Amino acid sequence: MIRAIDLRTITLLGGLIVLVALIFAWQGNAYGVRMLVEASCLAIVALGLNVQWGYAGLFNAGVMGFIAIAAFTGMLVSFPVNPVFWESEAPGMLLRTGIYLVIGVAATYLISRADRIGVPKKLRTVLTVVAAAITYLTVQNALAPAAELIEEGSSFVGGFGLPVGLGWALGGLVAGVLAWFIGRITLGLRSDYLAIATLGIAEIVKSFLKNADWLTRGTLTVSPLPWPVPTPNEIGFVAARSAYLALTAVLIVAIYILLQRGWASPWGRMMRAIRDNETAAEAVGKDVNRRRLEMFVLGNIIVGVGGAALVTFGGIFDPSGFNPINHTFLVLIMVVLGGSGNNLGTIFGALLVYVIWTMSEPAALILFRYGASWFQQMFDIAPPSDLPTRALQMRVFVIGLTIILVLRFAPRGLLPEKVMKYE
Amino acid sequence: MEDVGLLAAMPINEIVFFINKVVIAGLIIGSVYALAAVGMTLVSGILRFANFAHGDIMTLGAFVAFVLTMLMPGLGAMVGLPTAFVVMPLAMVVTAAVTIFLDKRFYAPLRTVGYKPITLVIASFGVMLMLQGVIRLFFGTAPRQMYVTAKDIYRVPFGGRDIIVTEPQLLLIVFTIVSVVALHLFLTRSRTGKAMRAMSDNADLARISGISTGHVVRTTWIIAGSLAAAAGTLLAMDVSLKPDLSFNLLLPIVAAMIVGGVGQPYGAISGGLLVGFTETLSVFNWAILLRPLKPHLPEWLEIPANLAFVPTEYKLVVPFFILVAVLIWRPHGIFKGRVL
Amino acid sequence: MSILSMRDIHAGYGGANILNGVSIDIEAHEIGVIIGPNGAGKSTTLKALFGLLTVSEGSVTFDGADITNDNPETLVRRGLSFVPQEFNVFPTLSVRENLEMGAYVRRDDFRPLIEKIFEYFPPLRDKHRQPAGELSGGQRQMVAIGRALMMEPKLLLLDEPTAGLSPRYMGEILERVIAINESGVGILMVEQNARQALAIAHKGFVLAGGRNSFTGTGQALLDNPEVAESFLGGGAH
Repeated sequence: MIRAIDLRTITLLGGLIVLVALIFAWQGNAYGVRMLVEASCLAIVALGLNVQWGYAGLFNAGVMGFIAIAAFTGMLVSFPVNPVFWESEAPGMLLRTGIYLVIGVAATYLISRADRIGVPKKLRTVLTVVAAAITYLTVQNALAPAAELIEEGSSFVGGFGLPVGLGWALGGLVAGVLAWFIGRITLGLRSDYLAIATLGIAEIVKSFLKNADWLTRGTLTVSPLPWPVPTPNEIGFVAARSAYLALTAVLIVAIYILLQRGWASPWGRMMRAIRDNETAAEAVGKDVNRRRLEMFVLGNIIVGVGGAALVTFGGIFDPSGFNPINHTFLVLIMVVLGGSGNNLGTIFGALLVYVIWTMSEPAALILFRYGASWFQQMFDIAPPSDLPTRALQMRVFVIGLTIILVLRFAPRGLLPEKVMKYE
Repeated sequence: MEDVGLLAAMPINEIVFFINKVVIAGLIIGSVYALAAVGMTLVSGILRFANFAHGDIMTLGAFVAFVLTMLMPGLGAMVGLPTAFVVMPLAMVVTAAVTIFLDKRFYAPLRTVGYKPITLVIASFGVMLMLQGVIRLFFGTAPRQMYVTAKDIYRVPFGGRDIIVTEPQLLLIVFTIVSVVALHLFLTRSRTGKAMRAMSDNADLARISGISTGHVVRTTWIIAGSLAAAAGTLLAMDVSLKPDLSFNLLLPIVAAMIVGGVGQPYGAISGGLLVGFTETLSVFNWAILLRPLKPHLPEWLEIPANLAFVPTEYKLVVPFFILVAVLIWRPHGIFKGRVL
Repeated sequence: MSILSMRDIHAGYGGANILNGVSIDIEAHEIGVIIGPNGAGKSTTLKALFGLLTVSEGSVTFDGADITNDNPETLVRRGLSFVPQEFNVFPTLSVRENLEMGAYVRRDDFRPLIEKIFEYFPPLRDKHRQPAGELSGGQRQMVAIGRALMMEPKLLLLDEPTAGLSPRYMGEILERVIAINESGVGILMVEQNARQALAIAHKGFVLAGGRNSFTGTGQALLDNPEVAESFLGGGAH
């Protein structure tokens, strides 16, 4: 299926290429490639979000959490093995904690089914809650000394030293599993509930990763993360980053092709039907919530892969570094501005927004310096000393304003979804 | 001194500790959540969307109060109350005006025919980010103190120990009670209050009955904005003014709203208290209460040093679990509200 | 002079029109009944009249003034009240509060009027403090009509007031409708139970495919063999 690419698309893409070329000329190749790699990783994340928001109409406000959990999984899988940890008593203690957990969960589950053998329902509920509480406290108290031992002796558990690619794949998978749980609970309800649930889980994932020092080193951060391609130390900045870019570009193309084909298939048609007219789709016997769950999980798998790639590129796993502005709302803007429901538009939006975002930092600073000195001349008020950090807060405001302006004036984005016809 | 025998048998230390750490702390944070959740539930009931900017409207209100306090620090001493509390009504008015402005500029244009409700939710995220940006632009990110002078502390002796309540806590409790009663009277007695309930019940029928929906919407924002400002100010007076509470406030407020049933003001109040108490109960170290039992327990049963359900750093988990539990078992909330 | 006159109304929801030229004339103090098959545009006619959807062609005159596409608030003030078919009470408000909401735009003392409505619908008096959502279907319908009467309208629009009611309540509601009309309020209602409705109607309008198909007095329509054949399910008596 070949569709003519219209003039609007060509103009917008051409303009973007010129913009990127200018930045290369201004800031140098190493900077330019770094920006492109980061943008490409975020483009993968945006493609995942587009599956959810653009195709299924599901609003995921917790992209950050899924990025974080996937990045953590990627780190755990690929980081070199920590021999100090494995030679200590800690693995045994963790194993014991794990066994407690399994027994506890199994017991709680069985008790929750006890009404089938004639236990009154109220009693069953009480017993289930008690069993869950005992399990929780037992596991918590078994874990505490193990965590303490690990933190004292070997700082953290280390990784498994497996290939980075496997880490990304598993990261996507873990993000998908988390999405499945959230989706099961909220997809039957209106999108507001999905929004708050994903927002909550994202903050919880972050605070878990930040505080579980034995597992993630917490605020001490883990670095350097192994790369799937030769590192700058081996072959230099531009070459290493270009190699990384090649890898992410291949990923984008692969995901793009898969999504486009899926979208043109009967499955994709059904998804569009559900998004555009839920009642009608339900009336002809489609299991709307199940289909939505599929989309939500699929989207988060892609988000996870992109997120793991993004954090790997940064080279450092820092749980405090995840924040909703950079990792949730920036991605949302990419999808909405680019054109929700259109994969090409999403990729375009990701690049454009990221370029503007990175360039806005120096721009905002220049603007603020200028404004402050003017203010000082006019009113003789000294500018606050933390002007640079405050100037950055302005970007938060601009992101918020952009969301609203796009919703109001270009709700379909710069490259809107084409209404496809199928004969 | 007859009652000494009884008192001595009771673990007074532990009970007072429990009252201070759980009962009072829970009441305080629960009241803050309740005040905020009432406004959010009214807006959700009438405009049919969850306004995620509500947490930041609280922060905004607190900052308005902060600025007013800095402008006239001596005001409080004249009436014998903290300055921040004296200027709070003004901060409530300003915040209410801001919420009406936000609605007019950003939400109302999206409420016309043809937009999905989720569009409004996303717009509320946009408003949230804008508020955050403005607050941090002007005030930075460091916490600030709302008190110009030292806080008064009241000690209520109880069996040789003191139950401790600070002045802002007392003011918060009194303010919450007064505003809940006032809100109740407003909703059940006044024409506009009844119209608000009517519109929350059935917006189309309200329109058909000739109820001026614009007037009702404005009133709703005024109530929501001013109560949020009060909640934010009182919270900031009790602890400190933090610009980055945002999600940490939003999640418990939404949990309180959903527990109480969306659109149900009384539900939101109970929900707020429920979430507040659950939070303090979860982070409370129960081992302290069990300690007096130690001499009576068999040797092999050792009380672990830490019996808190949730470590303090994971406090956010509590409202989340309440939220999830309610969504699974009672999506209408325990007070039979509506599902958005 | 007719109190309401709709001339050649075209209206619909965005896309295709549902009404393609409906004309209705009612004298003050008359009962008018609109009947017709499903999808004929009966309810849509009332909604277009009440400003709930946009009239694209034609004009509506009420009590001497052009009210085409006026909003409901204005219409209520002019003396037009509407009782929708479904969701026509405020379920968590008490019966009395429901009635008060009907008088929202009034600034005078309307308590005597509430008394009058309790006289029309005695069951409501005992339950005036109960939430309307807890009442039976027939009683809810009484609340809904009572709410609409609180503005002392000149013309009352009723959308299938007997839908889903037991025969006992159906008769009672229609009886009340006659009583309300006799007190001087004009009625325009849509009905599925065409026979009973035409029997009490001064004027009947048969709609089909978004147009007037027959117009006449209630009795004339009941006697018309063609109407009886196509719209009343079986021959005339």
